[in-house]
Amino acid sequence: MAAKPIKIPVVSETEQETNTFLNGLWQQNPVFVQVLGMCPTLAVTNSAINALVMGLATMSVLLMSNILVSSLRYFIPRQVRIATYILIIATFVTAIDYVIQAVSLEIHNALGAFISLIVVNCLILGRAEAFASRNTVNKSIQDALGMGLGFTLALLLLGIIRELLGQGSLFGIAIFPENYENWIIMLLPGGGFFTLGLLLLVFNWLQQRDTENSQ
Amino acid sequence: MNEQSLWSIFINACLINNFVLAYFLGICPFMGVSSKLSNAVRMGIAVSFVMLVASICTYGINLLLQAIDAPYLQLISYIVVIASTVQLVEMFIKKFSPVLFRALGIFLPLITTNCAILGLALFQTNRGYDFIESIVFAFGAGAGFTLALILMAGVREKLDLADVPQLMRGAAVSLMVAGILSMTFMGFAGLGT
Repeated sequence: MAAKPIKIPVVSETEQETNTFLNGLWQQNPVFVQVLGMCPTLAVTNSAINALVMGLATMSVLLMSNILVSSLRYFIPRQVRIATYILIIATFVTAIDYVIQAVSLEIHNALGAFISLIVVNCLILGRAEAFASRNTVNKSIQDALGMGLGFTLALLLLGIIRELLGQGSLFGIAIFPENYENWIIMLLPGGGFFTLGLLLLVFNWLQQRDTENSQ
Repeated sequence: MNEQSLWSIFINACLINNFVLAYFLGICPFMGVSSKLSNAVRMGIAVSFVMLVASICTYGINLLLQAIDAPYLQLISYIVVIASTVQLVEMFIKKFSPVLFRALGIFLPLITTNCAILGLALFQTNRGYDFIESIVFAFGAGAGFTLALILMAGVREKLDLADVPQLMRGAAVSLMVAGILSMTFMGFAGLGT
């Protein structure tokens, strides 16, 4: 499952920056390649709008925590770093929780406890530990944007598939004709597992084809 | 509050709304540790134990937060309490049962970032359970988590011997199995009402 190494060993500064960004979006996609942050991925993707809000919320928490962690990286003692990261993340999640509540109470109710559960999303802690604590603020922002966007897109894709098949609609607008028989299973937990399993299959196939082509 | 409602809380947390298969909480250990049956059992017991302790602690914290009227501190204090509970449990087990400590190994510290624990704390607060109900809820959730982990490990041990297509190996086929398990657990809906 490990991603392929980048082909060109020596890259210029600007190229490296786009690489950091694109890495998260595709080659190291948090959901499809690293299989991180599964709880929200499966739990809130029963409609496209929930998936989008969840993705954006995670992305903003990731962005802010990456910025703070990387700018404080010389001040955080190594022994207590994990606890510090979790506190930083929990603070931003609380803020985002109140923002969503203020903007749309309906979506806040639909997502329920899962907004608070962004705290324990392994993706955010993983990026803080593996990337932001070792790189400059600028690069950490690139990384957060790439990973966050990759996560949001993956969530959105799942949400679109599940809502389209399960309710015949997209963002609440009916797409399929009246006599379309809804696949209720897609809205239920089982459907989430199946859809993600199939998407992983497609992703594996695409990556395998890429490797074969480049050889 | 009568006996009937406590029983229904237990059945609800354990079977009908199983934490792993219906709420998707604790998927990371569910996927990571479920490849061997013996590990799955240990992980399940460790998580159930931490759930119980964390449930009691967060119940106290919640009372305190209500008393000083600071709901915005909920998340931060919960995560700190859970992290220190895990640490405490680790030290406790190390002192009183080195055998069990060695058996659990790396799984103990990993529990901190298990969403099932934080999820349990948040659900019990949101639903306004009292002390006894919280404990029963934690028991049920822990039992449900262990059950799901053991079932999954059993299936995956057999799966190692099966001829799975190359592309499906790893996470993809595990998710499919989890989907089928989740569908079977839907059969419990209607119990405990």
